[in-house]
Parts: sequence; C-alpha cells; structure tokens
Amino acid sequence: MNRTSRRAVTALGLTGSLLAFSACGSSSSSTSATSANTGASKTVAANTAAGGTAAAGGPTEKGVTLSVMIGSSGDAETNAVKAATAAWGAKTGNTVNVIVAADLNQQLTQAIAGGSPPDVFYGSSGGFQTLASSNALAVTGDKITDSKDIYPSLASVFTTGGKYYCAPKDFSTLAVEINTDLWTKAGLTDADLPTTWDKLEAAAKKLSAGTVTGLVMGDSLDRLGAFMIEAGGSYQKDGKFTFDSPADLQGLQFAQKLAKEGALKFPKQVGAGWGGEAFGKGIAAMTIEGNWIMGAMKKDYPGVKFKVVPMPAGPTGTKGTLNFTNCWGVAAKSAHQDADVSLVSFLTSVDQQLSFADAFGVMPSRQAAKAQFATKFPEQAAFIDGADYAVGQVTTPGFSQVQQNFENAIQGLSDGSSDPKAMLADLQKNAAALG
Amino acid sequence: MTTSTATTIDVPPTESDRQKRRRLIREERKLNGRQGIAGWLFVSPALIGLLVFLVIPIIVALYISFTNWNGASNPLGGSAKWIGLDNYKKLLTSDSLTRTNFFRSVRNNFYFVLFVVPAQTLLALLLAVLVHQKALKGRGFYRTAFYFPSVTSSIAITLVFIFLFQGTGAVNKLLDLVGVKGPNWLQDQRGLFHQLLRVFGVDSSPGWGKHTLMGLHLWDWLSGPSTSMCVIIILAVWTTSGTFMLMFLAALQNIPEDVMEASQIDGATTRQRFWRVTVPMLRPTIAFVIMLGTIGTWQVFDQILLAGKTNPTMSTPAYLTYQLSFQNSAFGTGAAMAFLLFMLIIVLTVIQRRFLKEKI
Repeated sequence: MNRTSRRAVTALGLTGSLLAFSACGSSSSSTSATSANTGASKTVAANTAAGGTAAAGGPTEKGVTLSVMIGSSGDAETNAVKAATAAWGAKTGNTVNVIVAADLNQQLTQAIAGGSPPDVFYGSSGGFQTLASSNALAVTGDKITDSKDIYPSLASVFTTGGKYYCAPKDFSTLAVEINTDLWTKAGLTDADLPTTWDKLEAAAKKLSAGTVTGLVMGDSLDRLGAFMIEAGGSYQKDGKFTFDSPADLQGLQFAQKLAKEGALKFPKQVGAGWGGEAFGKGIAAMTIEGNWIMGAMKKDYPGVKFKVVPMPAGPTGTKGTLNFTNCWGVAAKSAHQDADVSLVSFLTSVDQQLSFADAFGVMPSRQAAKAQFATKFPEQAAFIDGADYAVGQVTTPGFSQVQQNFENAIQGLSDGSSDPKAMLADLQKNAAALG
Repeated sequence: MTTSTATTIDVPPTESDRQKRRRLIREERKLNGRQGIAGWLFVSPALIGLLVFLVIPIIVALYISFTNWNGASNPLGGSAKWIGLDNYKKLLTSDSLTRTNFFRSVRNNFYFVLFVVPAQTLLALLLAVLVHQKALKGRGFYRTAFYFPSVTSSIAITLVFIFLFQGTGAVNKLLDLVGVKGPNWLQDQRGLFHQLLRVFGVDSSPGWGKHTLMGLHLWDWLSGPSTSMCVIIILAVWTTSGTFMLMFLAALQNIPEDVMEASQIDGATTRQRFWRVTVPMLRPTIAFVIMLGTIGTWQVFDQILLAGKTNPTMSTPAYLTYQLSFQNSAFGTGAAMAFLLFMLIIVLTVIQRRFLKEKI
C-alpha cells in the first residue's frame, strides 16, 4: 500500500504544490519573466529587434510571439490550428506557438494561477465564467471583425453580466442518426422519419428487435435535455433555473416512457461507451449525437450506412436541440491584446471556419458561412439547421457537479427506480443553490 | 549548538587563566558553529525539498481551505476571498449537494477500508508464510510472482480490470460457462449488504432507514460496498498484498531459529508453532501493516479516477477532492475536504495504535 499511499498523498498535495508554483510565479512580477514550470510559452516581445524596423502604425503589432493553448481532438485539429495560426503569423509578421494541452482545463488554470497564461486559448462554456469572475479573461467578443454575424444563441453562451467575453469558435448540435439498412429492414420509409415524438416512439419500437435497440442515447442531461426543450421547457429563464417547470418534466417523462418500453436504452446497458459506439456496432438503429459522430463513423465504422435527420418536434410542435460550443478566449494578462484580437478575428473568418469544418468536423459559428457549409456538407444539414433554435449548456460555475448528480439517476428511469419529478426537483434545488 | 560547560575548578582562576578559558570556549564555539553550518549545508537539499514540496504547499493549501479560490487567479491575493470556515461548514453542517457527495464518498471509502485491510493483511501473511517455507522449490519465482502486481503501474492494472469486468468481459464469460449470469460489474451500484438482505426478503428500506444522516438515508449508510466497489476491493487486495508480503517475509526471517527449535523440542505442533510462536513474534509487523494499509486505503484515488468517474458508489474523498478542485474549480472546498480526510486518517491511526497497543 506504500505505493498507493504515496501516490494518494501526491494527489492530496496537488492542490498545494500547484499553489507553491503559483506563489513562485507571482513573485516574478514582470510579464517578461515567465517561469518555465507553468508550461506556458514565453510571450516576450524578444523578436522586436529581429523583426527589423519596429512596427510603426497599423492596427496590429508586428514581431510579437503569441502562445495559443488548445485542447485537441487529434492530429487533424492540431494541424489545422497550427496551419491557420501560421498563416495569420505570415500575414501579419508575427509568430504563434501552439501548445496542445493534454488536460486543457487543468493546464490553463495552472498557467493563469501562475501569472503567465497563454495569450489565446480554447475557452469552454463550462469554464469561462470561472475565468471571467477572476478577471482572467479579456472581454473580446464584440471586438472581433463583424462580431454581429456570430449566431446570437452561441454568443449568449459566453455572455455574462452584460459582457460578451469571447467569440465562439465553432459549435455542434444534436440530431438523430438513423441506420438506413436497419430502417428499411424494419419496413420503415421516409414517411416514418422521426419528425415528432410520436413518430420517434413508433420507429424506435418497431426497430427494437432481437439484439437491436431502436434508440440508444447517452444518459446525460446533454442528450435528454433536448426533449425538455422540445416540450417547451428551458434550463434557465431571466437568470433563474427552471428545471422544475412542467414542460421539463414532460420531456423527461417522454424519455422514461421510451426507456420503460425498451425502445430507448443507455449505452452502458448495451455494453457501449457512448451512443456512437452502439450505433456503429449495429446494436442501435438510431442514436442522438452531435457532429462529432460523423468523424467517428468515418474512422471506426466506415461500412455503416446512415443518415442524419433533425431532432423531433415536441407535442406542441416546438423544435429543440442543444448546442455545444467553445470560444477563443483571450487572457486579460496578455501583453498583446491587439494582436490577440486580430488573431481571433482571423481564426473566426468564414474561410478559416470552413477549413476547420473540413478538417475536424465542427460547424462555423458565423451565419455568413451557413450556406457554404450546407452545400459543402449536405449530409450535415440537420445539424446546421438546429443552429437557430439550439439551447446552450448551463455555464454557471459548479454546475458540473449538480449535473453529474442528476445524471447518476438517469439509468434508474428504465426500471422506474428514479422518479423524473424528484430528479428535476433535486436538480432545481441543487442548481439554485449555486446562486 | 551546545557548548560543553567547563569542569568546576576549585582554585579561583587567575586573570590570565580566565582569559585563556574564554579564548578556548570562544574557539570551541567557533568550531561548533562552523560544524553547525556544515551540518545545515549537508541536510539542505533534503530540507529545501521538504520545504518547497511539502511544508509550504501544505500551509498554502490550509490557507486555501479558508478561501473561495477558484484556480483562475493568484491564490494569495488575487480575487480569492477569505471566507473563514464556510468551506468546512459546507462539508459538515449545511444541507448541500457537496455535503451529501462528501459523506457518500466517506461511506464508500469506509467499506473499502473495512474489506481491503483485513483481506490484504491475511493474504500477505499467508503468502509470506508460504514462500518462507524452506521446503518450497523455486521460492524466488513465487516471491517475484506475488510481488509483481505491486510493482506494476496501478493505471495499467486498473485498465486490465476494467476490460475483465466489463458487462461482456472475460469474468462474465467465465461465469456464463458455469451458468451464472454476472452483473455489469463496474456499473452496478447495488450495495453488497443490500443484496444479501434481499436474499432474506428485505428489498427496501424499513421505516427507520428513511431518516437521513449527513444527507444520506440510514438505509444507504448500511448498503455495504457496491458491486462496482467490490471490483476495486479485489484489485487493491491483489496488488498490495505483495508489498506487505515482503514486510512479513522480512519479519519472518528475523524470528530467531532457536525460538522455533525450542518450541519444537517442547513438542509444539506445526499449527501451535504458527499461532503461539510465529504470530506473536510478528505482532509489531502486523500492527504496522494494518496501519499502513488503513492510511493507504483511505487515500485510494487512481483506480477510482479510471474506473469510477461517473459512479457515485465508487467516489472516494481523495477523488472527490480532485474532482471538486480541478473539475468544479472549487479549490477552497477541495482543500477543506483534503484536510478533513487528513484529520480522519490521523484520528483513526491514533485509535488504532491504542487498540493494537504495540510500539513500532
């Protein structure tokens, strides 16, 4: 147990040692003295001399080195970001270092606490409020070129206290994926496509046979929440949580109804890690996932024929889906705010966003890119259609714990051991307690 | 830096004598002082290491536990505010989700300790006695084999266990062969005691079980380890018994031959020799192993991080500390929880020492 205990002590001490580093970082006050242990690369304008005549005039600085910290889904994303930042660097006469974080949240926090954050970074919807409340995040959302063109539903995710902190870099939405072979085998046609709850239920029941389950979707608020929205519900209204509304309950009860009928199962119940895995293996005839499933299917299950249709409308015809987005955050401590904003403007331009979409399957956050995206990726039309009415995740700090607590009970919907009303009441109580 | 006091002299010293003595003392002091400096220099690497990586972090962490630091600023100053005992209150007195999660994790960890410590101690002792046998051929091989799990990365072992105990994994395939349908091990949140009670027809909480204690129903307090936790219990017993086997082995080799021979001459049987001679001679080691085991099992972390992220019946205080701090940015509450765990371990260790009444 010696080994285990030592490691556990390390774990406990982690908080502490992190602080020790940050204490070191704070004592070296000037921005030029970046301590190596924070992992942030140097932001020193050491290249000014090499850059020749000092950048005179112009909106952008020249000869500076920016560091960009990203959390990457793989080589495709890393290379795309590196290429894009290099292109900006070549255009403006600056240099960009891309740091790929293994655990973005943790590395970013450490770098910020240490006093030498990367200039630009991926900001998550769940994490930006924490950064904002500590004044670690510069308010740049409105500063980028043509910022009004960004989908308002995405911009609102990164807005708090009336400040639009950072520009969404891209987004994904949920849609229904259908295995076309299983669909036709079950005798279903285009007329049966799940455009409403009733049709979804009918199709899922018909598709459930033998080892196949009609619908397999993640046991998460980030999936089932779509049903609450379709029932006319919401997560928040006027800054207050509304999980205890009758509409939210109706949405969750619909999910329970499907689960009790065996038409809906959760990935763990069928031995899969996530909906896409069950779908790819042919255990699920339908799943509800976001754009990321396109790349996964191409890579892991290239033989499966499928199509993507929009989420069904609720009983009153309300359309609803969820969006997932990240932003380009700019550190408040960055010494090159103008260059940072210029870089973010470049990265969020229509052309760049389309090339990102091409490289790693995300959707442009600009409305101006919508038409081009739809023609380029017709199979993803259902995802981009959801952009207008998609609802973002809750960004209140501490909500992930509350959400986890709610999700612990989701599996119990199938056998009735969890009561939707009690689950939502609990969710409401715990969320409201976050203040 | 103690200076040797001069021996008492009967004759009052002359002026020059006194001066001489003073000079001597001064020189000795100087020499001692120099030695002192050298001493400090020699221990300084270790001392600085301890200070920087242990003492200062612990002090800062203690400070953090009284603030609402969220990790996104400098904890000393910055936007972190001193909030007194609020973090501790949140964990102990207020009816909050954080408290429920904390006490649930304490329950999980308690059952983990309750099962792992006796099992690993007994298994380690058994293995040590087995490989200590002179008659055993290839003792070296067995020693290595039993010790092997302890030197293998716990991450690797946990991953292997996750595969073995999947719903469609090897363990369930084996159980299928004998006609038993295995549970979905790592997802199964049913408590062991609850399942046993079910056999006797008790499948839901009686009236008194509905009372809550620290946010958890009494009935849930008595759940026993969940099926998923049992997997980690098996894993922990298997990996750590090798380490403790080595300790027992060393202690066994320290038992003097003559004591054994004397008991043999006195006509003690093998069993009597084990229980009446070997075990009493091993008592200090047993106490030591139990104590180390308890401290270590209260800090189980990496197995949970890998296998029990989304399973509330597997979370432990050590894991929850990490999760609160790094996933929820509540470093203050996380630090407070770490100190509560620290105090819990201290208290248990003190109780154990008294109970085992052994000086180590």
